[in-house]
Amino acid sequence: MHFTELTKMGKFVITSELGPPKGFHIEKALHEAELVWPHVHAINVTDNQSSVMRLSGLAMCKVLKDKNIEPVFQVTCRDRNRLALQSDILSAALFGIDNLLLLTGDHTTLGDHKDAKPVFDLDSVSLAYMVKHLEEGKDLAGNALDGEPPKFCKGAVVSPCAEPLEPQLFKMEKKIKAGIQFFQTQAVYEADKFEKFMKRVKEFGVPVYVGIVVLKSVGMARFMNENVAGINVPDNIIEELKKDKEKTKSGQTGIEISARLIKELKPLCQGVHLMPLGWDDKVPEILKLSGIIAEKG
Amino acid sequence: MLITRVKKKDAILSLCKGKTLLIACFGCKEVHFEEKEYQALKEDLKTSNLNISGEIQLDYLCNDDYTNKRFELHKKEIDEAETIIIFSCGVGVQTFAGLIPGKTVLSGCDTYVLPGFSGFTPSSHDCEQCGECMLGFTVGICPVTACSKGLLNGQCGGAKKGKCEVSKNKDCGWERIYNRMTVLKKDDLTLKKMIRVRNYNK
Ligand code: SF4
Ligand code: SF4
Repeated sequence: MHFTELTKMGKFVITSELGPPKGFHIEKALHEAELVWPHVHAINVTDNQSSVMRLSGLAMCKVLKDKNIEPVFQVTCRDRNRLALQSDILSAALFGIDNLLLLTGDHTTLGDHKDAKPVFDLDSVSLAYMVKHLEEGKDLAGNALDGEPPKFCKGAVVSPCAEPLEPQLFKMEKKIKAGIQFFQTQAVYEADKFEKFMKRVKEFGVPVYVGIVVLKSVGMARFMNENVAGINVPDNIIEELKKDKEKTKSGQTGIEISARLIKELKPLCQGVHLMPLGWDDKVPEILKLSGIIAEKG
Repeated sequence: MLITRVKKKDAILSLCKGKTLLIACFGCKEVHFEEKEYQALKEDLKTSNLNISGEIQLDYLCNDDYTNKRFELHKKEIDEAETIIIFSCGVGVQTFAGLIPGKTVLSGCDTYVLPGFSGFTPSSHDCEQCGECMLGFTVGICPVTACSKGLLNGQCGGAKKGKCEVSKNKDCGWERIYNRMTVLKKDDLTLKKMIRVRNYNK
């Protein structure tokens, strides 16, 4: 069942995120997915995340699908032009992968192939518009597709704590116009800012699933504050991570912070999207501690 | 070498508000300007009830210093106009728009690239000759060159403290566009409503 339907039924949607391996041995990634799956509605598969080359997200989604795990196929515009994007999205339809998260993607210079050509033939808005075309039975150039057109559940991202917020809202409206049906957000650590954001976007009537990145160390929090757009980890959280080094190292502090944030943010939005960045084994405990269960079916 | 094509009337008319000043750059050896088509469009705009408050013909609009001096000369006409349409290559429009942050500046031409020798445009602005000039929608700042990804539909999620994700030394082009839009208090509905897909065949 699609998330948007779950949302319509009044269910709180829970998703997590998985990065494919650098290589073609997927056992570890699959094990992580199986660990998380009983606790979530779907698992996003990232697309060369942070411009670091990895196994294709489409292949990983297919593997999950074969194991009856519901994947969300993340698609960025960095590595493929409009022909390749349409091919891959049609291939996803063939495999029964029908949840998409459509993104612009990080610039190539941020990753591990800094000398690569950044494509950006399309961007998140025109990509959504392109998928809408496919759903109407034609490609972006207007040519008819053979047979029954595909049907997707289309998501995008938004950064609720970005400063300034206006350009993000501007783009969010454009995405909705291009057919986007749900939003997963950049990591949120500031409930007050998120509340303000939700007040602004309420009128759009599109479900928002709040992003949670599990904090692993003080260094990680500081790095994000310095370098990652739209993220600000407040001082009190950094202090909490500092206080008990062993506890932070074991992951317990990160778990507690995440669970607390989920509890606080849950009444404001329609779901939560966890980004454990390799700490997939911590997901069940975070969800248990925050008191939310993925009601399936 | 570049070539500019005068836009169609419909692409311009809806964006004009109030007294409108036309500025045409009869330019330089490197850019071919469609003079005849420009005159025809001007007549057409007049008969379409556009309130044309005046016309200035210049050359080398792309040169900051030079344009700045000419600017002083025509200050009164410029101040009085609500909308200014610039008929020049993309660099010329951006140079001029950069001098008057508080005014609506539209591009009257599309700039195309032609193979062969490329001219010298001593300017801090850049035009990739995309063939579908967007400056009229993006308050005189070129998204193709000012945004590291050349995004046409708005800011990506990568800007931090006004800087682009690619480098802390580079301003985010879309944030610049947004800031100028705020200064102009420009009703941003046109830009918000359009979904642009770049035509690389131009
Ligand atoms: S939008 Fe930019 S690249 Fe395209 S013609 Fe205008 S100034 Fe040149
Ligand atoms: S941060 Fe701004 S300039 Fe850089 S790629 Fe994103 S939108 Fe473009």
